[in-house]
Amino acid sequence: MNNLSILVKREYWEHRGGFLWTPVWVCGVILGLSLLGMISAEVFRARVGVQLGGMSLGAVRAAISAQDYAHAGYAFDVTQVMFAAIPCIALFFVLFFYLLGALYDDRRDRSVLFWKSLPVSDAATVVSKVLSAMLLAPLVALVVSTLAYLVFVVLVSAWLALHGLNVLPALAASHPLRTLWRLLLTVPLDALWALPTIGWLLFWSAWSRSKPFLWAVMVPLLAVFANWWLGVLGAPHFGGLLDLAHMAGRLLLSVMPGSWLSADAGGLRQWLPNPQALDDGGLLHPARMLDTATSPGLWLGVVVGVALIGAAIWARRRRIETSV
Amino acid sequence: MNAIVQARHLSKSYGNTKALDDVSFDIEAGRIVGLVGPNGAGKTTALKAILGLADFDGELTVNGVDPRRERTRLMQDVCFIADVAVLPRWLRVGEAIDFVAAVHPRFSRDKCNGFLAHTKLAPRMRVRELSKGMIVQLHLALVMAIDARLLVLDEPTLGLDILYRKAFYESLLGDYFDADKTILVTTHQIEEVEHILTDLMFIRSGRIVLAATMEQVAERYVEVMVNPDRADAARALAPLNERQVFGKSIFLFDGVDRTRLAELGELHKPSVADLFVATMKGTYA
Repeated sequence: MNNLSILVKREYWEHRGGFLWTPVWVCGVILGLSLLGMISAEVFRARVGVQLGGMSLGAVRAAISAQDYAHAGYAFDVTQVMFAAIPCIALFFVLFFYLLGALYDDRRDRSVLFWKSLPVSDAATVVSKVLSAMLLAPLVALVVSTLAYLVFVVLVSAWLALHGLNVLPALAASHPLRTLWRLLLTVPLDALWALPTIGWLLFWSAWSRSKPFLWAVMVPLLAVFANWWLGVLGAPHFGGLLDLAHMAGRLLLSVMPGSWLSADAGGLRQWLPNPQALDDGGLLHPARMLDTATSPGLWLGVVVGVALIGAAIWARRRRIETSV
Repeated sequence: MNAIVQARHLSKSYGNTKALDDVSFDIEAGRIVGLVGPNGAGKTTALKAILGLADFDGELTVNGVDPRRERTRLMQDVCFIADVAVLPRWLRVGEAIDFVAAVHPRFSRDKCNGFLAHTKLAPRMRVRELSKGMIVQLHLALVMAIDARLLVLDEPTLGLDILYRKAFYESLLGDYFDADKTILVTTHQIEEVEHILTDLMFIRSGRIVLAATMEQVAERYVEVMVNPDRADAARALAPLNERQVFGKSIFLFDGVDRTRLAELGELHKPSVADLFVATMKGTYA
């Protein structure tokens, strides 16, 4: 297992485009749009003179209170979370197709014969792909988005300073390290939550002779459809706790970072930014994450995911050929 | 007994076709063995079994290990180049070296760089930018830098021009092969490997039809060029094969007394290709 670090590095070499450049592009676009926003604000201000609620900027400057700074700090925290969250939408697609191809693409181009000619066990190979999806890709994305947020803060500070507004009190009222720490905490939670999808996609990636996407997606969808049909006919079917649609969702969509948010007892609403509740610890409160981390739904998924990863290792040992 | 590969009663079927049909053979250490057979004869299946890439019935030990159960351990002592161009296209030359160096305990980076110094390959190049010949150079450099006991080559020079093919076998013999190493090679270009082989195995329809050292082959098989008037006498001795050249008949005999044959005409050493054609007669019929 001391091979694991080089195996994960191998995944990074192969998937630099998805793991590194995709979040870089997404963050770059966000920064570009922010910059465009500032420039157009400048242009309009020069033309018409900005009035905020009937006050000039100068009056705003004079009227800012401590409470306002707290709100501005909170806004910075929300922005930091948003910077981490938006690349996650891209990360979902990157991970989904990475996992579908991870044990299939090298069989299709026959380079699997090269990898299998080296003293690396099939288990280590599969585990390296699991670790890349669980930790490598999310951590790279978090590093990129954090750097992008820092650039954003510098841009905004410079822009406001241009107008004589000191951004430092607002920054002092924000919690960048606390927010970063909490974002970091979501990584293992995301990873555990994603295990059933990781196992499911890797299994079909290792087992399919062709079209792993169709197998991975159609099998659960057809199961859900057949179950629904049985229900319509009034025949015995799964329902309630064994809700097949929910299970299919867990198998296919759990690599979406933060998809556990909606599974929280309080619902997604609990997690949304709420400036009225500045004192209850802010966004992504660890206590609430702990609730999710100790929920049976998460750990049932972990059990299923580990079993599927075992099946993927078994399939990797047996299948070499593809039919294309 | 110093066999690096011991196969006993290997069988493997794909549907109704028997790729391997109760095959037994030994490969001694320090030999260069050519495994030759027509398409679909079971060569690749046999190699896959030896490399732990396919399941089969029967007993097989490679370097004292059952390849079905201990592929990872086996691969520390066994290398293979399967066909050309199986290196992944996204890989860079430098990454390939780093990777093999990290996972293979018997890999020597210095040796590998030494081999690559004679080529145009540079560390930043990607496999997809390389020609077929350069990919094989890279693969061969990686493999020759591994101090393995058994090297398996499955059609290693397919699709290469003659310069690369010559260089391939030359460096294999000159820089790699020694008494501790064994090479098992399959190829359709028999003429090119004929002079480097020490042993020959013919496989046909999942069975080994010939397994002998090259010395034994030279002793057993002889070609006689016979004038038409003595052709019937030659046919009476049950030749393996008969072909016509310039109005004369060339007969191939297996284990017939040479003094008797010398009376019929001029004796020749048959080429492996002729031997192959004679042995495989009727395979596709």
